[in-house]
Amino acid sequence: MDLVWLLYKVAFAAGLLGLSLGVAAYSTLGERKVASWIQDRFGPNRSGPMGILQPLADGGKLFFKEELIPGVSNKFLFILGPGIAMSTALVTSAVIPWGRPLSIGGREFPLQLADLNIAVLYVFAVVSLGVYGIMIGGWASNNKYSLMGALRASSQMISYELAMGLSIIGVVMLTGSLSLNDIAAAQKGWHWNILVQPLGFLVFLVCSFAECNRHPFDLAECEAELIGGFHTEYSSMKLGFYLFAEYVNMFISAAMMATLFFGGYQVPGLDSLGLSQNVAALVGTAALFLKISVFIFFFWWVRWTLPRFRYDQLMALGWKTLFPLALLNIAWTGLYLALRGFK
Amino acid sequence: MDAYTVLIYFLPLGALIAGAAMFTGNLLSIKTKESAHKREAYECGEVIIGDARIQFKVGYYLFALLFVIFDVESLFLFPVARIFRGQVASGLAPHLLLDLAIFVVVLSLGLAYAWRKGALKWD
Repeated sequence: MDLVWLLYKVAFAAGLLGLSLGVAAYSTLGERKVASWIQDRFGPNRSGPMGILQPLADGGKLFFKEELIPGVSNKFLFILGPGIAMSTALVTSAVIPWGRPLSIGGREFPLQLADLNIAVLYVFAVVSLGVYGIMIGGWASNNKYSLMGALRASSQMISYELAMGLSIIGVVMLTGSLSLNDIAAAQKGWHWNILVQPLGFLVFLVCSFAECNRHPFDLAECEAELIGGFHTEYSSMKLGFYLFAEYVNMFISAAMMATLFFGGYQVPGLDSLGLSQNVAALVGTAALFLKISVFIFFFWWVRWTLPRFRYDQLMALGWKTLFPLALLNIAWTGLYLALRGFK
Repeated sequence: MDAYTVLIYFLPLGALIAGAAMFTGNLLSIKTKESAHKREAYECGEVIIGDARIQFKVGYYLFALLFVIFDVESLFLFPVARIFRGQVASGLAPHLLLDLAIFVVVLSLGLAYAWRKGALKWD
C-alpha cells in the first residue's frame, strides 16, 4: 500500500460524499424549478441569479432553526432515526462505477471507491437499513400520525424491495456477476441490458419510486391525511436529514438504473473514435451523468403529473402485479440464455 | 488493501457527516423559552388523547411475515443467477433451467397460497 494510492482513495471518498450532497441539494432546486415550469409559474428566483443559491439558503435555515424534541418522545431514538436515514443514504455510492479507470503516470486509477464482488447485494443491504431510520423516527415521535406514516412507509418499502430484488436477478443472470463494475463492463457497445430486460427494468423503475417514498407512492407522508407522516415532529437539521436522504436515495436509484440497465458509463461507438484512455473515460463519466439526469428528471416529472395511490392499490400493485412480473422476468431470462447458448 | 477494507473505512464517514451536521445544528440553533404546550406532540392542534403506543392493524404484521418468507426464498436465487451463464456454456442449461423452474414454481405456489387465503387483500 503506497501513499499515492491512499491519498487518491481518501480524495475520492471525500469527492463522492460531496457529490452525493451536492447533487441532492441541487435536486431540490431542480425539482422546484421543474414543478414551477410544469405548473406555469416562476418557482424560486430570489436567492442569487435564477435562484441558484436557494439550496444554500434552505440548508442555512435548517442549521439555525430551533431544535424541538417533543417531551413525550423517546429522545435517543428520536435523534437516532434521522441519523440512520442520512448515514445509510450517503454510503451507497461507494460501489457504483462512475467511469473507466483513468491512467495517470502509468498507473490505473479506478473511478469507483470499492469494487465489491457483491456490489448489488451491498446496495440492497444498505438501502434496506434506511427503513430503520423511518420506522425508528416515526415510532420515537410518539405521535399517532407519525406512527401511521412510519408503518405505512416500512410496509411499503419491504413489499417493493422484494420485487426489486427479483427484478435484478435477470441482470445478474445475463452478466454472471454481482459486481456493478462487471455489469457495466459487460454492456459494451449496444449490449445494454434494457434490450433483453425491458420487463425487469419496468419492475425496477416502479419499485425504486416506492423505495424512495416518491410520488405516486409517498403515502408515508401524505400531507392531507397524515400531516407529514413519520417526520411530523421533526424540525431543524433532523427534518433536513430525512428530506436530504430522500434526494440522495433518488440520485443513487437513478445511478443504479443507468448502471444496471442502460450501460452505465458505456457510450456506443466511443472506441471507434480513437480517443485517448483518459478522454474516453471522462466522456463515459459524462454520459453516465447524463443518463442519471434523465432519470432524476423522470422522478420529478412523475411527481408533478400523477396523483397518489390509495394504500390497498399500492399493496395490490406490489404483491399481485410486480412480484409475479419479476418472477416472469427470471423465467424469460433463463429461457433466453438457454436458447442463445451463451459462451 | 482490498475493496472490503476500503469500504470498512468508508462506512463510518456517513455517520460522521450526519453527526457533525447535527452537532453544528445544535450549536447554531436558536433557543426560545419554554411554555406549557411547546413540547406536546402535534396532532393537528387537537388536545392529545393518550400516547401513540397503540395497537395497530395486524395487516402490517402479515405483510412483514410474508416479506421475510419470500425474501429468504429469493435470496437463494442470487447464487443460481450468478453461476447460470457459466453453466449454460458447459451444456448444463436444460438441467439448470429445470431446477430454476421448479424453484420459481414453488416460490409462486407460496404466493398463490397467500393470495388465495386473502393475505394480500388490504381492507
